[in-house]
Amino acid sequence: MTPSPYLFIVIFCGIAFAFPLLPLALAWLWRRFFQPPKPGVEKNATYECGVESLGEAQIQFHSQYYLYAIIFLIFDVEAVFLVPFAVAFTGLPIGAFVAILIFLLLLIEGLVWAWNKGCLDWGVRV
Amino acid sequence: MTEQIDEGLRNELQRQGIWVTSMQELYNWGRKNSIWPLQFGLACCAIEMIATAASRYDIARFGGEVFRPSPRQADLMIVAGTVTKKMAPQIVRLYNQMPDPKYVISMGACAISGGPFKQGYNVLKGIDRYIPVDVYIPGCPPRPEALLHAFMELQRKIDSQRLTGAGQAEHLDRAQPSEFPVPAFGAHDLQPPANPDLFHPPEIERT
Repeated sequence: MTPSPYLFIVIFCGIAFAFPLLPLALAWLWRRFFQPPKPGVEKNATYECGVESLGEAQIQFHSQYYLYAIIFLIFDVEAVFLVPFAVAFTGLPIGAFVAILIFLLLLIEGLVWAWNKGCLDWGVRV
Repeated sequence: MTEQIDEGLRNELQRQGIWVTSMQELYNWGRKNSIWPLQFGLACCAIEMIATAASRYDIARFGGEVFRPSPRQADLMIVAGTVTKKMAPQIVRLYNQMPDPKYVISMGACAISGGPFKQGYNVLKGIDRYIPVDVYIPGCPPRPEALLHAFMELQRKIDSQRLTGAGQAEHLDRAQPSEFPVPAFGAHDLQPPANPDLFHPPEIERT
Protein backbone atom coordinates (compact mmCIF):
# COMPACT_ATOMS: atom_id res chain seq x y z
CA MET A 1 0.00 0.00 0.00
CA THR A 2 1.48 3.31 -1.01
CA PRO A 3 1.17 6.17 1.45
CA SER A 4 -1.11 9.02 0.63
CA PRO A 5 0.64 11.74 -1.37
CA TYR A 6 -0.60 14.23 1.22
CA LEU A 7 1.23 12.46 4.02
CA PHE A 8 4.37 14.37 3.13
CA ILE A 9 2.60 17.65 3.70
CA VAL A 10 1.52 16.46 7.14
CA ILE A 11 5.10 15.45 7.98
CA PHE A 12 6.39 18.72 6.61
CA CYS A 13 3.92 20.67 8.76
CA GLY A 14 5.00 18.72 11.83
CA ILE A 15 8.65 19.53 11.22
CA ALA A 16 7.78 23.14 10.47
CA PHE A 17 6.09 23.43 13.85
CA ALA A 18 8.79 21.58 15.76
CA PHE A 19 11.62 23.60 14.22
CA PRO A 20 10.83 26.89 15.97
CA LEU A 21 9.04 25.40 18.97
CA LEU A 22 11.90 23.18 20.08
CA PRO A 23 14.45 25.98 20.63
CA LEU A 24 11.76 28.05 22.32
CA ALA A 25 10.97 25.18 24.66
CA LEU A 26 14.67 24.67 25.38
CA ALA A 27 15.11 28.38 26.09
CA TRP A 28 12.10 28.25 28.40
CA LEU A 29 13.56 25.29 30.25
CA TRP A 30 16.92 27.02 30.55
CA ARG A 31 15.23 30.11 31.92
CA ARG A 32 13.42 28.04 34.54
CA PHE A 33 16.63 26.72 36.01
CA PHE A 34 19.41 29.17 35.17
CA GLN A 35 17.74 32.51 34.70
CA PRO A 36 15.80 33.39 37.85
CA PRO A 37 13.52 36.33 37.08
CA LYS A 38 14.25 39.35 39.20
CA PRO A 39 11.77 42.04 38.38
CA GLY A 40 11.76 45.29 40.29
CA VAL A 41 10.44 48.80 40.27
CA GLU A 42 13.49 50.23 38.52
CA LYS A 43 13.86 47.38 36.10
CA ASN A 44 10.24 47.54 35.01
CA ALA A 45 10.31 51.30 34.58
CA THR A 46 9.25 52.50 31.15
CA TYR A 47 12.16 54.78 30.47
CA GLU A 48 15.72 53.59 30.33
CA CYS A 49 17.81 56.75 30.23
CA GLY A 50 18.66 56.65 33.93
CA VAL A 51 16.56 59.67 34.78
CA GLU A 52 13.28 59.21 36.59
CA SER A 53 10.29 60.17 34.51
CA LEU A 54 8.30 63.13 35.81
CA GLY A 55 4.65 63.95 35.20
CA GLU A 56 2.45 62.82 32.38
CA ALA A 57 3.49 62.16 28.81
CA GLN A 58 0.19 63.46 27.40
CA ILE A 59 0.58 67.18 27.94
CA GLN A 60 -1.20 69.84 25.89
CA PHE A 61 0.21 73.01 24.47
CA HIS A 62 -1.67 76.15 25.38
CA SER A 63 -3.97 77.02 22.49
CA GLN A 64 -2.66 80.59 22.65
CA TYR A 65 0.60 79.29 21.29
CA TYR A 66 -0.73 79.41 17.71
CA LEU A 67 -0.64 83.21 17.80
CA TYR A 68 3.08 83.16 18.50
CA ALA A 69 3.51 80.65 15.73
CA ILE A 70 1.65 82.84 13.23
CA ILE A 71 3.54 85.99 14.17
CA PHE A 72 6.78 84.09 13.92
CA LEU A 73 5.78 82.76 10.51
CA ILE A 74 5.14 86.28 9.17
CA PHE A 75 8.62 87.44 10.09
CA ASP A 76 10.13 84.20 8.94
CA VAL A 77 8.73 84.81 5.46
CA GLU A 78 9.79 88.44 5.67
CA ALA A 79 13.39 87.32 6.17
CA VAL A 80 13.17 85.37 2.91
CA PHE A 81 12.34 88.61 1.08
CA LEU A 82 14.84 90.71 3.01
CA VAL A 83 17.89 88.66 2.10
CA PRO A 84 17.62 89.13 -1.71
CA PHE A 85 16.66 92.74 -1.06
CA ALA A 86 19.84 93.28 0.93
CA VAL A 87 21.97 91.49 -1.68
CA ALA A 88 20.60 93.54 -4.58
CA PHE A 89 20.35 96.75 -2.55
CA THR A 90 22.82 98.93 -4.49
CA GLY A 91 21.38 98.11 -7.89
CA LEU A 92 17.71 98.66 -7.01
CA PRO A 93 15.59 101.47 -8.47
CA ILE A 94 13.84 103.76 -6.03
CA GLY A 95 10.46 102.18 -6.79
CA ALA A 96 11.58 98.75 -5.58
CA PHE A 97 13.06 100.30 -2.44
CA VAL A 98 9.78 102.05 -1.63
CA ALA A 99 7.85 98.83 -2.35
CA ILE A 100 9.90 96.79 0.12
CA LEU A 101 9.65 99.59 2.65
CA ILE A 102 5.86 99.53 2.41
CA PHE A 103 5.97 95.76 2.76
CA LEU A 104 8.06 96.08 5.91
CA LEU A 105 5.83 98.81 7.32
CA LEU A 106 2.76 96.66 6.77
CA LEU A 107 4.33 93.82 8.73
CA ILE A 108 5.53 96.11 11.50
CA GLU A 109 2.07 97.61 11.71
CA GLY A 110 0.67 94.12 12.07
CA LEU A 111 3.10 93.43 14.89
CA VAL A 112 2.18 96.66 16.65
CA TRP A 113 -1.49 95.77 16.30
CA ALA A 114 -0.92 92.29 17.73
CA TRP A 115 1.21 93.70 20.50
CA ASN A 116 -1.44 96.24 21.45
CA LYS A 117 -4.06 93.54 21.43
CA GLY A 118 -1.99 91.66 23.98
CA CYS A 119 -1.07 88.67 21.81
CA LEU A 120 2.46 88.69 23.15
CA ASP A 121 1.41 88.58 26.79
CA TRP A 122 1.42 84.97 27.78
CA GLY A 123 -0.84 85.47 30.76
CA VAL A 124 -3.62 87.38 28.96
CA ARG A 125 -6.21 85.36 27.12
CA VAL A 126 -7.31 86.96 23.89
CA MET B 1 37.17 23.39 35.20
CA THR B 2 35.07 20.26 34.88
CA GLU B 3 35.09 17.50 37.44
CA GLN B 4 33.01 15.20 35.28
CA ILE B 5 35.84 14.40 32.90
CA ASP B 6 39.47 13.76 33.53
CA GLU B 7 41.67 16.51 32.12
CA GLY B 8 44.18 14.04 30.66
CA LEU B 9 41.50 12.02 28.93
CA ARG B 10 40.05 15.21 27.58
CA ASN B 11 43.36 16.27 26.10
CA GLU B 12 43.87 12.83 24.64
CA LEU B 13 40.44 12.91 23.01
CA GLN B 14 41.10 16.40 21.74
CA ARG B 15 44.28 15.22 20.06
CA GLN B 16 42.18 12.69 18.21
CA GLY B 17 39.81 15.41 17.08
CA ILE B 18 37.03 14.76 19.60
CA TRP B 19 35.91 17.72 21.66
CA VAL B 20 34.23 17.03 24.97
CA THR B 21 32.50 19.78 26.82
CA SER B 22 29.89 20.37 29.47
CA MET B 23 26.76 22.46 29.38
CA GLN B 24 28.27 24.91 31.82
CA GLU B 25 31.42 25.28 29.78
CA LEU B 26 29.52 25.78 26.56
CA TYR B 27 27.24 28.33 28.17
CA ASN B 28 30.09 30.28 29.70
CA TRP B 29 32.07 30.11 26.48
CA GLY B 30 29.18 31.72 24.64
CA ARG B 31 28.65 34.30 27.33
CA LYS B 32 32.23 35.39 27.73
CA ASN B 33 32.74 35.88 24.02
CA SER B 34 29.79 38.14 23.53
CA ILE B 35 29.81 40.69 26.33
CA TRP B 36 27.78 43.69 25.28
CA PRO B 37 28.85 46.81 27.14
CA LEU B 38 26.51 49.65 27.94
CA GLN B 39 27.30 52.64 25.79
CA PHE B 40 27.97 55.38 28.25
CA GLY B 41 31.00 57.36 29.29
CA LEU B 42 31.45 59.89 32.03
CA ALA B 43 34.77 61.64 31.57
CA CYS B 44 38.20 61.32 30.00
CA CYS B 45 38.31 57.54 30.60
CA ALA B 46 35.47 57.31 28.11
CA ILE B 47 37.85 58.59 25.43
CA GLU B 48 40.13 55.66 26.17
CA MET B 49 37.12 53.38 26.08
CA ILE B 50 36.21 54.77 22.66
CA ALA B 51 39.78 54.20 21.51
CA THR B 52 39.50 50.61 22.76
CA ALA B 53 36.39 50.12 20.69
CA ALA B 54 37.93 51.70 17.59
CA SER B 55 40.16 50.09 15.00
CA ARG B 56 43.57 50.35 16.64
CA TYR B 57 42.75 48.43 19.81
CA ASP B 58 39.61 46.74 18.52
CA ILE B 59 37.66 45.28 21.43
CA ALA B 60 35.76 43.26 18.81
CA ARG B 61 38.57 40.72 19.04
CA PHE B 62 37.12 39.83 22.43
CA GLY B 63 33.50 39.98 21.40
CA GLY B 64 32.73 43.23 23.17
CA GLU B 65 32.21 45.62 20.29
CA VAL B 66 28.42 45.78 20.48
CA PHE B 67 27.98 48.85 22.66
CA ARG B 68 24.30 48.99 23.48
CA PRO B 69 22.54 52.30 24.00
CA SER B 70 19.91 50.58 26.14
CA PRO B 71 20.60 49.01 29.54
CA ARG B 72 18.06 46.31 28.73
CA GLN B 73 20.43 44.81 26.19
CA ALA B 74 23.72 45.29 27.99
CA ASP B 75 25.75 42.77 29.99
CA LEU B 76 28.56 45.00 31.12
CA MET B 77 28.73 48.47 32.53
CA ILE B 78 32.06 50.22 32.09
CA VAL B 79 32.06 53.07 34.58
CA ALA B 80 34.52 55.19 32.65
CA GLY B 81 35.32 58.39 34.43
CA THR B 82 34.61 60.66 37.35
CA VAL B 83 31.29 59.91 38.99
CA THR B 84 29.79 63.11 40.27
CA LYS B 85 27.22 62.94 43.02
CA LYS B 86 24.73 64.36 40.56
CA MET B 87 25.36 61.44 38.21
CA ALA B 88 25.51 58.61 40.75
CA PRO B 89 21.74 58.00 41.07
CA GLN B 90 21.45 57.75 37.30
CA ILE B 91 24.26 55.19 37.16
CA VAL B 92 22.66 53.07 39.86
CA ARG B 93 19.34 53.30 38.06
CA LEU B 94 20.92 52.22 34.78
CA TYR B 95 22.62 49.35 36.57
CA ASN B 96 19.29 48.32 38.06
CA GLN B 97 17.74 48.26 34.64
CA MET B 98 20.31 45.89 33.22
CA PRO B 99 19.21 42.26 33.08
CA ASP B 100 21.12 39.57 34.96
CA PRO B 101 23.84 38.40 34.64
CA LYS B 102 25.47 41.82 34.67
CA TYR B 103 29.01 42.95 35.32
CA VAL B 104 30.73 46.19 36.15
CA ILE B 105 34.22 47.39 35.28
CA SER B 106 35.34 50.34 37.34
CA MET B 107 37.66 52.13 34.95
CA GLY B 108 40.22 54.57 36.21
CA ALA B 109 41.16 56.15 39.49
CA CYS B 110 38.03 58.31 39.64
CA ALA B 111 35.55 55.47 39.32
CA ILE B 112 37.52 53.49 41.90
CA SER B 113 37.99 56.13 44.57
CA GLY B 114 37.39 59.62 43.26
CA GLY B 115 40.95 59.78 41.97
CA PRO B 116 42.52 63.23 41.64
CA PHE B 117 39.14 64.80 42.41
CA LYS B 118 38.68 62.91 45.66
CA GLN B 119 38.68 66.12 47.67
CA GLY B 120 35.96 67.60 45.49
CA TYR B 121 32.68 68.22 47.28
CA ASN B 122 30.70 66.93 44.33
CA VAL B 123 32.69 63.79 43.49
CA LEU B 124 31.61 60.32 44.51
CA LYS B 125 34.48 58.48 46.14
CA GLY B 126 34.12 55.29 44.15
CA ILE B 127 31.19 53.72 42.38
CA ASP B 128 31.55 50.57 44.49
CA ARG B 129 29.71 52.43 47.22
CA TYR B 130 26.47 51.75 45.39
CA ILE B 131 26.93 48.92 42.89
CA PRO B 132 29.07 45.76 43.01
CA VAL B 133 32.19 46.04 40.88
CA ASP B 134 33.80 43.00 39.24
CA VAL B 135 37.03 44.43 37.86
CA TYR B 136 38.90 47.55 38.88
CA ILE B 137 41.44 49.14 36.52
CA PRO B 138 43.78 51.69 38.03
CA GLY B 139 45.16 54.46 35.87
CA CYS B 140 44.43 58.06 35.06
CA PRO B 141 43.18 57.29 32.52
CA PRO B 142 44.01 53.61 31.99
CA ARG B 143 45.36 52.89 28.54
CA PRO B 144 43.20 50.84 26.14
CA GLU B 145 45.46 47.84 26.80
CA ALA B 146 44.48 48.08 30.46
CA LEU B 147 40.81 48.04 29.54
CA LEU B 148 41.42 45.03 27.33
CA HIS B 149 43.17 43.37 30.22
CA ALA B 150 40.20 44.09 32.46
CA PHE B 151 37.97 42.65 29.78
CA MET B 152 40.04 39.48 29.71
CA GLU B 153 39.90 39.28 33.50
CA LEU B 154 36.14 39.58 33.29
CA GLN B 155 36.07 36.80 30.70
CA ARG B 156 38.10 34.68 33.09
CA LYS B 157 35.60 35.40 35.83
CA ILE B 158 32.63 34.51 33.63
CA ASP B 159 34.37 31.33 32.57
CA SER B 160 34.76 30.28 36.20
CA GLN B 161 31.17 30.95 37.18
CA ARG B 162 29.33 27.77 38.02
CA LEU B 163 25.77 26.97 37.11
CA THR B 164 25.06 24.53 39.92
CA GLY B 165 26.30 23.35 43.26
CA ALA B 166 28.39 25.19 45.79
CA GLY B 167 30.02 28.33 44.44
CA GLN B 168 27.12 28.88 42.09
CA ALA B 169 27.18 32.21 40.28
CA GLU B 170 25.62 34.95 42.37
CA HIS B 171 23.05 35.99 39.82
CA LEU B 172 21.55 32.49 39.90
CA ASP B 173 20.77 32.86 43.57
CA ARG B 174 17.14 33.87 43.81
CA ALA B 175 17.72 35.69 47.07
CA GLN B 176 20.51 37.80 45.61
CA PRO B 177 19.13 41.22 44.72
CA SER B 178 19.29 42.43 41.16
CA GLU B 179 18.49 46.01 42.07
CA PHE B 180 20.29 48.21 44.50
CA PRO B 181 18.77 51.22 46.26
CA VAL B 182 19.22 54.45 44.35
CA PRO B 183 20.78 57.18 46.49
CA ALA B 184 18.83 60.40 46.88
CA PHE B 185 20.12 63.96 47.02
CA GLY B 186 20.42 65.01 50.65
CA ALA B 187 21.18 68.41 52.10
CA HIS B 188 24.96 67.98 51.87
CA ASP B 189 25.62 64.55 50.43
CA LEU B 190 23.95 61.61 48.79
CA GLN B 191 21.68 59.70 51.16
CA PRO B 192 22.87 57.16 52.12
CA PRO B 193 26.56 58.01 51.47
CA ALA B 194 27.19 54.32 50.72
CA ASN B 195 25.18 51.14 50.52
CA PRO B 196 26.00 49.44 53.85
CA ASP B 197 25.22 45.98 52.45
CA LEU B 198 27.71 46.45 49.69
CA PHE B 199 30.46 48.77 50.72
CA HIS B 200 32.95 47.30 53.13
CA PRO B 201 36.13 49.34 52.93
CA PRO B 202 39.15 47.80 54.60
CA GLU B 203 39.82 49.05 58.09
CA ILE B 204 42.99 51.07 58.27
CA GLU B 205 45.09 50.13 61.26
CA ARG B 206 47.41 52.80 62.54
CA THR B 207 50.31 51.42 64.51
